[in-house]
Amino acid sequence: MTTPLLEIEDLHARVADKEIIKGFNLTINEGEVHAIMGPNGAGKSTLSNVICGKPGYEITSGSIRFKGKDLTKMSAEDRAREGIFLCMQYPVEIPGVAVTTFLKHSINAVRKYHNLPELDTMEFVKMVREEGKKLGIDNEMIKRPVNVGFSGGEKKRLETLQMNILKPSFAILDEADSGLDVDALKVVAEGMNALRDGKRSMLIITHYQRLLEYVVPDFVHVYADGHIVKSGDKTLAAEIEKDGYAEYTRER
Amino acid sequence: MNSQKPEIIDESGDKYKYGFVTDIAADSAPKGLNEDIIRFISQKKGEPDWLLEFRLKAYEFWKTMKEPTWAKLNYDKIDYQDLSYYSAPKQKVAPKSLDEVDPELLQTYEKLGIPLKEQEVLAGVVAVDAVFDSVSVATTYRQKLAEQGIIFCSISEAVKEHPDLVKQYLGSVVPYTDNFFACLNSAVFTDGSFVYIPKGVRCPMELSTYFRINAKNTGQFERTLIVADDESYVSYLEGCTAPQRDENQLHAAIVEIVVNKNAEVKYSTVQNWYPGDKDGKGGVYNFVTKRAACRGENSKVSWTQVETGSAVTWKYPSCVLQGDNSSGEFYSVAITNNHQQADTGTKMIHIGKNTSSKIISKGISAGFSNQTYRGLVRVAPKADNARNYSQCDSLLIGSHCGSHTVPYVENRNKTAKLEHEATTSKISDEQLFYCQQRGIGEEEAVSLIVNGFCKEVMQHLPMEFAIEAAKLINISLEGSFG
Ligand SMILES: Nc1ncnc2c1ncn2[C@@H]1O[C@H](COP(=O)(O)OP(=O)(O)O)[C@@H](O)[C@H]1O
Ligand SMILES: [Mg+2]
Repeated sequence: MTTPLLEIEDLHARVADKEIIKGFNLTINEGEVHAIMGPNGAGKSTLSNVICGKPGYEITSGSIRFKGKDLTKMSAEDRAREGIFLCMQYPVEIPGVAVTTFLKHSINAVRKYHNLPELDTMEFVKMVREEGKKLGIDNEMIKRPVNVGFSGGEKKRLETLQMNILKPSFAILDEADSGLDVDALKVVAEGMNALRDGKRSMLIITHYQRLLEYVVPDFVHVYADGHIVKSGDKTLAAEIEKDGYAEYTRER
Repeated sequence: MNSQKPEIIDESGDKYKYGFVTDIAADSAPKGLNEDIIRFISQKKGEPDWLLEFRLKAYEFWKTMKEPTWAKLNYDKIDYQDLSYYSAPKQKVAPKSLDEVDPELLQTYEKLGIPLKEQEVLAGVVAVDAVFDSVSVATTYRQKLAEQGIIFCSISEAVKEHPDLVKQYLGSVVPYTDNFFACLNSAVFTDGSFVYIPKGVRCPMELSTYFRINAKNTGQFERTLIVADDESYVSYLEGCTAPQRDENQLHAAIVEIVVNKNAEVKYSTVQNWYPGDKDGKGGVYNFVTKRAACRGENSKVSWTQVETGSAVTWKYPSCVLQGDNSSGEFYSVAITNNHQQADTGTKMIHIGKNTSSKIISKGISAGFSNQTYRGLVRVAPKADNARNYSQCDSLLIGSHCGSHTVPYVENRNKTAKLEHEATTSKISDEQLFYCQQRGIGEEEAVSLIVNGFCKEVMQHLPMEFAIEAAKLINISLEGSFG
């Protein structure tokens, strides 16, 4: 039996008075991995921001439900606490705030929402070290301020670390593969696969097939001009890799 | 759904938790300022003639002075004749030990989170001098410190018990002619702390003073004098609070520090005077002159301040680097919210050879507040190889506040190396969203980002103080975003 986790119906949304999402429909069930592929500027990042409740992104019509709850009424932090994680395309720098400090605030804020006690410091440190090790993140890196002076690869690894620590029920990965060499890509992909347990779901946003070779999706959607124009299985990704997006963007 | 919002102390927006008034009988001077009032203060305190003369000379000079207007501050004219210049809690005899101190007073300090009971401080490493309105009410740990020759007492007691030391140093760093507010203080100062660290002694604990204004319409003019003799070390902390009142309260203090050869003084302040309400009503006018003279070779002084309170702040802790190889540091976090105004910074005066100074200033403005960093670096002709590094960063929260950086450099020596960096930034929506996306609520996110911004300064505060200061920063900024 399938249980829907995320249900998006006829979504229209705009940013800076520009309609970017136009009639978007998608249902993701528990345990499924979906990939969205689309050309640059199609509105992929806009879609992830809308799902996550980023201020400035306005839903003009349609609905988003998560675990049956109306997401559009929730603050960005509550959506995160409910289990939505966005692995960002361009993670931002926070000067002076050590990675460990940030992680601690993050995990405890989520725990508090679920009426769980704060994590014991020893336990927390142990967990961060263990998860970090798997991603090639050493103790020096977690003492540095969040993303400040991080290379592209380091930033993506830190995003993956946060995801693996928060263990969200739904993760959106926005171009998690961009700017990564093959080794780093494998590490990040392993981090993603570690979360797949038949219950957690993912939405992988990319415009290359590369990542999908390591994290194999159940469904692939082609996204252009604000909505899905074609859906299929993993073979669709290979097709796009070969033929490009031209066929789907012509209709404009 | 189990949605939880971060705890907010008070929905009305008044989050000043030190705003209570202590109901205590006080012995006050009538309003107004004249020679008789100064004689009254001096007599109340049983002062020697030389000190009365010092006061009267200052008063004569003050009458010729004008209140400075160069700072970027806007406040109603102060009527100096409408203030009372002396208020002391009524106590029949001076307390010999804490047991004799009015329990009402002890309770006040307890509410402020300042333990005056010796058994409570015993575990810690802090000795406390508490100044309530115009007088010192208790100094803890004196005996233990005295064993090493350290003098830590109220300045009134020091005048009586160590007159030679006080006479030698009082006004030697900040002369009464220095500026309008310092001159006023010299005429009417009522109490404050005195510290003397003898040669070769490292003070084994943090010394601290807590200032509290309680009485209505009373100016507070305290005076602190710290002398660190050769090869000595002391770390000194100062904290301040005042009740929440609709009228403005005047505070004009002086801190003088003398640092001799190879000695080091660290002076930390957490200033949390009542800032006024969110519409700008009430609050403390804080006009303070703080200066350290590094007189000996290799002497060292550092000022660390976290300024969250006061309606109006006018304050420039300075270092006069006279001794060769002496160094001065200034680490500052100033936060203004609502309608607060602050014009603050430092002066580094390089006189000796190979002197160095460092300025790290972090200004955070929110609400409708206005903040100016004003810093002077002066290198005298003979100050060969002087070094200065200045970094002034401003963080703006919201779009109704202002921030200004005014660095002055006066260099008369070609060998000087002076560096200045300044940045102005805003908490970006991207940073906020990043935090929120990781489950961190907006208020918490702002405080996290602000604390990150201040980190370089906060790490210079003694541990216990740093935690308190971080909490204060959060309280001061509550509700300033969104
Ligand atoms: N905050 C914003 N302000 C103005 N325009 C935006 C903003 N965010 C996205 N856009 C615009 O929306 C369109 C889609 O952008 P984006 O969602 O980043 O595309 P993709 O991620 O598919 O490359 C682009 O034309 C972009 O310029
Ligand atoms: Mg994008």
